[in-house]
Amino acid sequence: MAADSRLRVKKIDTVTHIEFVDRSILDEANIQKIGEEIAKIIEVEAKPKLLISFANVDHLSSSALSMLIAINSKMKAPKNGELRLANIDPQLYEVFVITRLNKLFKILPTTEDAMKSLA
Amino acid sequence: MTTHRTTPAPIRVTLHNQRPLIDRLEETVLAECEQQGYTKASRFAIRLALDEAITNGFSHGHEHLPSSLPIYVEYAIDDKQCFFAVEDQGPGFDPSTVKDPTLDENLEQMSGRGVILIRAYMSSVTHNAKGNRIEMIYKRP
Repeated sequence: MAADSRLRVKKIDTVTHIEFVDRSILDEANIQKIGEEIAKIIEVEAKPKLLISFANVDHLSSSALSMLIAINSKMKAPKNGELRLANIDPQLYEVFVITRLNKLFKILPTTEDAMKSLA
Repeated sequence: MTTHRTTPAPIRVTLHNQRPLIDRLEETVLAECEQQGYTKASRFAIRLALDEAITNGFSHGHEHLPSSLPIYVEYAIDDKQCFFAVEDQGPGFDPSTVKDPTLDENLEQMSGRGVILIRAYMSSVTHNAKGNRIEMIYKRP
C-alpha cells in the first residue's frame, strides 16, 4: 500500500480484508484513489475474495457508492471473485436501501458473518 | 405580547472546490444545527444532502468549466427547519433526464444517486428553470 493510503488492508486465509482509514468517505480525490487501490488488489488475485468493512465509517457519498459499483463489476467474470460488505451502521445502511444497492451487494452484519459466507 | 419568530436571512458563501473548505462549511452548518437541537440522524441527513448538492455543482455543473470557478452556497437554520441553496455557474441541467438508478436495470449505473439521496433525505427540493441552482428544505421531524 502507498504511504498515503486511505485503506487498511490485511489478508486472512484467502480473504482480503479492507477497512477505511477515514470516518467520512466524501472526498472525490480520495474516493478515486481508494477505487484504484482496490482495483490493483483485484488485478493481482486469481480469484479475489474481498471483505470491505465499514466499521469506522460514518459518512459515504454517492461517488463512493459508484466506486463500490465499479469494484463489484471488476469482481465479475473473468475474475469470478466474491465481494462482501460488512459492519455498516444502520444510518449508513439506509443509504444502501434508498439507492437499492442492498440488492446489488452482498451485505453481512459482521466481519464474522462475511468470513463465513466467503468460506 | 406576541413574538414572531422568523427564519433568519440566508448566509451566502462563495465556495471553491477544495475539500478542506467544503469540510469547514459543512462543519459550520452542522455545528449550527446541533446548537439548534437537531438530532444526530437529522445532522446525518443534512450533511449528506448538502455534500451531494455541492459535489453535483462542481462535478456536473462545472464539468466543462475551469476548476478555479466557485459555487455559491446559501443556508439559513432555525429550530424548525434548515434552508439550503447551491448554485453553480454552469449551463444548468434538467434533473428529469437522469435515469432512475434504483430501477433493477439501472442498479449498476454510475450516476444519479446524489439526486435520489437528496430527495429522500430533504423535505422539499426545487431546481430553478436554468437548472444550475438547487434549493432544499429540511423540516425538523
